[in-house]
Amino acid sequence: MTLKRKLLGSTVTGLTALAALLIMLIVVVIIGDIVIGGWHTLSWKFLTEAPSEGMTGGGIFPAIIGTFLLVMIMSIVGVPVGTITAIYLSEYANARSALARSIRFAVNTLSGVPAIVFGLFGLGFFVQFIGGGIDKLGAGTELRWGQPNILWASLTMALLTLPVVIVSVEEAIKAVPRELREASLALGATKWETIWKIVLPNSMTGILTGGILAVSRGAGEVAPILFTGAAYFLPHLPSSLSDQFMELGYHVYIMSTQSPDVEATLGIQYATTLVLLVLTFTLNFSAIFLRYKIRKRAFQ
Amino acid sequence: MTSINAKKAGSQSALSMKKKFRVAEFLIEQFIRFTAFISLAVILLIFIFVFRETLPIFTSASRPASAAAQTEVQETYGEEPTAVPASAAVTSVDASEGDASVRNLAGGQWQPVSSTPKFGLIPLVIGSIKVTLVAILIGGPIAIFAALFTSAFAPRWAKETMKPIIEILAGIPSVVIGFFALIVLASFFQNVFGFTYRLNGFVGGVALALAVMPIIYTITDDALSRVPKALTEASLALGASRWETALYVVLPAATPGVFAAILLGIGRAFGETMIVLMATGNAAMVSAGLFEPVRTMTATIGAEMAEVVFGDTHYNVLFLIGSILFLFAFSLNVVAELFVRKRLMKRFEGM
Repeated sequence: MTLKRKLLGSTVTGLTALAALLIMLIVVVIIGDIVIGGWHTLSWKFLTEAPSEGMTGGGIFPAIIGTFLLVMIMSIVGVPVGTITAIYLSEYANARSALARSIRFAVNTLSGVPAIVFGLFGLGFFVQFIGGGIDKLGAGTELRWGQPNILWASLTMALLTLPVVIVSVEEAIKAVPRELREASLALGATKWETIWKIVLPNSMTGILTGGILAVSRGAGEVAPILFTGAAYFLPHLPSSLSDQFMELGYHVYIMSTQSPDVEATLGIQYATTLVLLVLTFTLNFSAIFLRYKIRKRAFQ
Repeated sequence: MTSINAKKAGSQSALSMKKKFRVAEFLIEQFIRFTAFISLAVILLIFIFVFRETLPIFTSASRPASAAAQTEVQETYGEEPTAVPASAAVTSVDASEGDASVRNLAGGQWQPVSSTPKFGLIPLVIGSIKVTLVAILIGGPIAIFAALFTSAFAPRWAKETMKPIIEILAGIPSVVIGFFALIVLASFFQNVFGFTYRLNGFVGGVALALAVMPIIYTITDDALSRVPKALTEASLALGASRWETALYVVLPAATPGVFAAILLGIGRAFGETMIVLMATGNAAMVSAGLFEPVRTMTATIGAEMAEVVFGDTHYNVLFLIGSILFLFAFSLNVVAELFVRKRLMKRFEGM
């Protein structure tokens, strides 16, 4: 009886330990494979040159710039909206009111909607409805805004990453001690003055964390930009919001599935993946570090 | 007396100050409320705009005209002129029946760019279900076991090194997982198992499992650690061992959380695009075989939307697939929200 129990016990413990080890092994194998595969091709030239020789040579400079522009425009739109929503949910809304509850429900739903559906929405709403509408209003016969471009892709991505910002900012706002708010109100500051001068400065790290996490997510998602603005190859960098753009994740996808000679460009594919991975990891680690700082302060 | 006067004066000055600021305060509050409303509006707009593009499929009034126009266009591409009148006649009969397109959607063939396009969604739905099942059946147990280990068995140092490493997996973009599956995993599995097709539903499912595991792990770990300490201590005090406590006390108490984790994992697997687009082989066929290429709903949208003519039936059907995905994600969230969360709360509040 006891032997059987002991045996069963070590089996259970062993199995669970095995599962945890397996996941860690997977992480190590994926990262290791990509680092080893991409290391040789990676060079300063690779990062600062445009693709050449029909995409079989050169670097990924336009894709890096495109990704950078994408997440920049996305953050300029998404971070303020997300922050204000978080302020509303934590400072203004009565948690039990119907509006607050439905907004919270909407945020949760938004985080569960598949990325490709955001892409469809971007195409149907931004490109066709808004963009097409602007073109019609301008009475121009040529298609300018009514086609996929970097602005519509960024806006689509901003909506996709909105829940990330909201959740992270809300957590930071909640970590601001109640006493600080009360002291401010007791000194005669209005609610908005308290939020603007006390709550927001104290949750700056959280806003930053939210922004970084959103950027990391945005840089890694490809599905929403497949048909809202990403391009296979462009001879020049985007110079206006109505231009298409190249992007790192999209570049990996295109090069590994649609390129005529996948074997020949394997090095480029690996190196591009490595750049993307380094980018998202750097962002994620800084977010984790900032969040750790917030939590430490919250417990003091 | 004086204190009351002072109070009065104070409140008066406060009132006058309040009035001065109130307009700004009011405007700011309205602005904040309006901005917060955006998330809600976006959900509604997604609903409206994704569904709007599917409407032409169901409105039979506009259907015959567009169908006729379509066959006319196809006539010019037709290789055999003799076959054209027959197919045109068939299409117009189908269109006049009204529900022809709906029947077409329930068909078993997905051939959107042939001379008589077939928009049967069945192979795509089967493809999505197959891949999701593989992902959950492989990723679910591993993730739940791992969560059990880090929350119940692992010593502190092991827990603190393992958790961040597992969370790294969550931060790997799905294109990267797709790329890894396409280049490394597919060849590895083909060498080991001798698959006929290098890219197939199984490879896609395993790759998806990699994306699903961190989600299930994190939520399960959260649910396990929320089980009240009193339960664990009572069980241990009664003489149960650590593993018995974990397996028979903590895990059952956290069931709603684990259930929610699996639901969200299913949602993620079902809605994931890039991984399946790159690793499943993308052939739309109706079969029960796991080791054949499959085409999922998401991958179909991802692969075909860029090449489709706006306003075409094909375009509308792709939006219909998107609507189905949206509805699925929406109902999963409703179930997770209303059912699971409430039950979890009740369970622990009742203690």
